[in-house]
Amino acid sequence: MKPNDVILQTVTKVASFIILTFSVYLFLAGHHNPGGGFIGGLGFACAITLLFLAFDIKKVREGLPVDFTTIAFTGVFIAVATGMGSFLFGKPFLSQTFGSIDIPIIGEIEFATAVIFDTGVALAVFGTALSIIYTISEDSSIWKR
Amino acid sequence: METLMSVIIGVLFAIGVYLLLAKSLLRIILGTSIIAHGTHLLIITMGGLKSGAPALLGKKAAAFTDPLPQALILTAIVINFALTAFLLVLAYRAYLTLGTDNMEQLRSSKNE
Amino acid sequence: MNNIVVLPLLIPVLTGILLALFRNNVSLQRGFSFFSFFLSGVVSLLLVQQVYNEGIQILEIGGWPAPFGIVLVADMLTALLLVTTSAVSIACILYAFKSIGEQRERYYFYPLFHFLITGVNGAFLTGDLFNLFVCFEVMLFSSYVLLSLGGTRIQLRETIKYILVNTTSSTLFLVAIAYLYAVTGTLNMAHLSVRIAEVGQTGFITNVALLFLIVFSLKAALFLFFWLPGSYSAPPTAIAAIFAALLTKVGIYAIFRTYTLIFYHQPEVTHTLIAVIAALTMILGGIGAVAQRDIRHILVYNVIIGVGFVVSGLAVFTSTAVTGSIYYLIHDIVSKALLFLLGGTIIRIVGTGKLKEISGLIHNHPLLGWMFFINALALAGIPPLSGFIGKVLVIQEGLARGGSNSGFYCLAAVGLLSSLMILYSLMKIFINAFWGETYLSQDMEKGTTRGLLLPCALLTAVIIILGLGVETLYPYVEQAANSMMNPNIYIEAVLREVV
Repeated sequence: MKPNDVILQTVTKVASFIILTFSVYLFLAGHHNPGGGFIGGLGFACAITLLFLAFDIKKVREGLPVDFTTIAFTGVFIAVATGMGSFLFGKPFLSQTFGSIDIPIIGEIEFATAVIFDTGVALAVFGTALSIIYTISEDSSIWKR
Repeated sequence: METLMSVIIGVLFAIGVYLLLAKSLLRIILGTSIIAHGTHLLIITMGGLKSGAPALLGKKAAAFTDPLPQALILTAIVINFALTAFLLVLAYRAYLTLGTDNMEQLRSSKNE
Repeated sequence: MNNIVVLPLLIPVLTGILLALFRNNVSLQRGFSFFSFFLSGVVSLLLVQQVYNEGIQILEIGGWPAPFGIVLVADMLTALLLVTTSAVSIACILYAFKSIGEQRERYYFYPLFHFLITGVNGAFLTGDLFNLFVCFEVMLFSSYVLLSLGGTRIQLRETIKYILVNTTSSTLFLVAIAYLYAVTGTLNMAHLSVRIAEVGQTGFITNVALLFLIVFSLKAALFLFFWLPGSYSAPPTAIAAIFAALLTKVGIYAIFRTYTLIFYHQPEVTHTLIAVIAALTMILGGIGAVAQRDIRHILVYNVIIGVGFVVSGLAVFTSTAVTGSIYYLIHDIVSKALLFLLGGTIIRIVGTGKLKEISGLIHNHPLLGWMFFINALALAGIPPLSGFIGKVLVIQEGLARGGSNSGFYCLAAVGLLSSLMILYSLMKIFINAFWGETYLSQDMEKGTTRGLLLPCALLTAVIIILGLGVETLYPYVEQAANSMMNPNIYIEAVLREVV
């Protein structure tokens, strides 16, 4: 019997966008305030998991045809490789720097090399969390018997 | 506050150890998880339960919290999260392959 | 600041990530794995030479100074262990090419192997206790997956037990770290050493030290080795060999580091306890090795004896004894890997590990037989081979200290006795497996040795070189022992202006 999940599906359609936006905010806020790559990636993964729950996993995978494991490893690679970037400037591993530029209307924007590292972390967390959930749910054949 | 935390940590450890000694694999996994929570609370208590501004950012604050225990706990939580996920999947696989989740029946036998 | 220090950590982790992204291209994975370990071997040799010439090398990650930031420290002990690790990993990965099977190779075997080595190298390099914990976890996680990879019944069952034991000890590790942080307010090992030297090693700190001893003993299979025989006999040969060679040794390294750098003020409590459990480990491991009738189990108990002997050198706690101990540690890593590879090859040929069913292999496999014989002699400590110098230094110092405390006579006697037990148990394998009538003709054998003898020959060569080249190597090992026995050298290198 198919459960009635109209409410869940309708709410998910709106809520997943809010969660995604909020996780992007958390990711960007991380440099000076609570937040950062880890929690941002986790928030992203939460939104996708909600989609998994409300709709069928297969359907979501059709719209999101990426290998989560590859994303996770790419993330770790970005994080480590950013750390190695400091070798080029003769600085210790994982050294960071930042600067800011003035953009008209928007105002002063700060750019930090730590953001690249954080992107790696976010991708790693996102990929890992989803591949754990996906691996466990993949074996659903047993429940249908 | 420290006394309350100590009591809570003790209770968590007691529950965790009790579950660890159970026969069912699922209970054991829950036990490791609960003990890990107790440990995280222990770290934050041992680091000192102070309230203050975050370190390094607001230089004018009167008191700062120690960021180190928090960093330690974050790392420990992530490790424990991954471990629990792996253990659950492993226990599931073992249940499918071996047909039991009873630790008594998971002893090694001579004829293997 | 010296960025070379981080390379032994970075090379395996980067290789592991890249290999995970190309997991379907097996030949690329093989070539790249070999190249990566070769590269980290070269880097480690470079590091040894740098440490020898310029003293301890450190890297403050991100430029944050020592007691506040994360610091990587390469002293001589670390550098020597890094070189040994690379050598052993090359041999094990070569062995894995021919024996591990395509299925496992596609399911992230090589990436996991690299992450394991990352954890091991990281544990050797790190300068603070918390990162030691993290590196232990990296190493243990890879080992959990490697142990269960393939998913046979026995592997699944043993992995569960292995994980539960190690989780418990990791939790205790965190508890010990929390207590130590509460007392001293730091986790940087050099800083801890300074602080504890200032306030004195109180009873509470000694208690915490003993908690650390329990944790590391569980990891190193020192006395608390009940988990080891089951889990190390479950996985395929190449994996079992790298486990036997490295995992317990990381625990030993941690004991060495903490008990020479931090908790060295009350040797009458801590080091006496270490001496007692080292002796017990040797005796119990020896009894196990002598009593078993299955190749795998005999080898596993030999790992335990080795652990006991290495730590007994620390228990004697003189500069010469520690030198011997380090030398034996390096020898033990190489020869335990070799022992497991050779034992695995025998099992592969015959299809069983039961000694009664194996006989007369020397006719068809002379090289295998002689390598096993040489390795057995090296492990027992017969002169021109690598085990000799370590044993002689430790036992000599033990006898010398026996004058003031007769307990050391017992320790030295147990050390000698353990050599006899090692020799007996390994000769039992040698006589049973290689002598006698040849049951199996070459075409009846269950598996071939093609390609498997090359890594074994490499490690045998290392053992002979370690034995004959003592004169050349001794100054390096002596420097390692010297910086361990004088914590101030380490502290000055790490903290510089603070001291």
